[in-house]
Amino acid sequence: MTVLSILTYPDPRLQRKAEAVTTFDDALRQFVDDLTETMYAGPGGVGIAAPQVDRHQRIVVVDVRSKLGDNCHGLMVLINPELVAWEGMAVGREGCMSVPDFTGNVIRAERIQVRAEDVMGRERSYECEGFEARAVQHEMDHLDGFLFLDRLVSRKTDLFRRKNYQK
Amino acid sequence: MSQALLTVIGEDRPGIVAAVTQALFTADCSIGDASMMRLGGYFTIMQVIDYQRDLGYVEMALEPAIKSLNLRVHLDPISSVALKADLPNTRVTVYGADHPGIVASVTGALAAIGFNVVDLESESSGGVDRPLYVMVIQGFAPDGIESVRKAVLPLREKEGVEVGVHPIEAAVF
Repeated sequence: MTVLSILTYPDPRLQRKAEAVTTFDDALRQFVDDLTETMYAGPGGVGIAAPQVDRHQRIVVVDVRSKLGDNCHGLMVLINPELVAWEGMAVGREGCMSVPDFTGNVIRAERIQVRAEDVMGRERSYECEGFEARAVQHEMDHLDGFLFLDRLVSRKTDLFRRKNYQK
Repeated sequence: MSQALLTVIGEDRPGIVAAVTQALFTADCSIGDASMMRLGGYFTIMQVIDYQRDLGYVEMALEPAIKSLNLRVHLDPISSVALKADLPNTRVTVYGADHPGIVASVTGALAAIGFNVVDLESESSGGVDRPLYVMVIQGFAPDGIESVRKAVLPLREKEGVEVGVHPIEAAVF
């Protein structure tokens, strides 16, 4: 497996919309292996999207076990992912391998349902929440040419998280 | 390259930021960390600038903006080497019916546990008869978020305000 090099902002290739994957062959599986290796080698190591390594196909890999242990889906390979449903909103601070040394607040859905295909082209469905849901949404944004920089919100946005004020 | 802290205050009106930053640009200054916001009826700017020549030259460049917009400006030279500071790890949010003592009470409790305030924003709003006070504090809690909860959550009762304590974790994806 190979660790691929990561495009960094302001590289315009990060803003390209990725194409759907139509061929599920050994070459795809080899690429997904390399992409996964690249993710684990990165500073966050919990998620990556194909456009970040200059491959403009709708492929996302997420594995938040380093953060959540077994309380998550483990390694998820999401090919042609679609957000089927979402619920709730939360502010969280995000950084990105493609935007070194900068972090900012972003609003994401708290719970999501994602439909995708796996490396064999089989249909899969995942329900994610919290940190895992945030990682999936962050990576899926790359497929449409969005970075978290496109979604930054002010600190003051936190004021509206009233339901999180537990008594 | 030298650094200074520039403070600008003036009655709020459109064009203050543009006039000040344009003047700085023409004086070969570049802007670093900045806070620019309206406070009451005034617009305030505090920013770190890198300047090439001397501060007198910067002041001279700002002069037309100072005159035309009736601004008060202050320049303090600062050490170019930023002190290594701890990144904020905790956010404290407070809101409730406005009354004297909220800030003193919350920040006093934070100071007692060695909490270093990095950023505090607050706003008085609501009607005259029902004033509302909201405040967001970000800072570094050396003993972690639980110490902050223990210190400030009792103030809900004492001050009659809502207090929230949240971790600030930057997740790198």
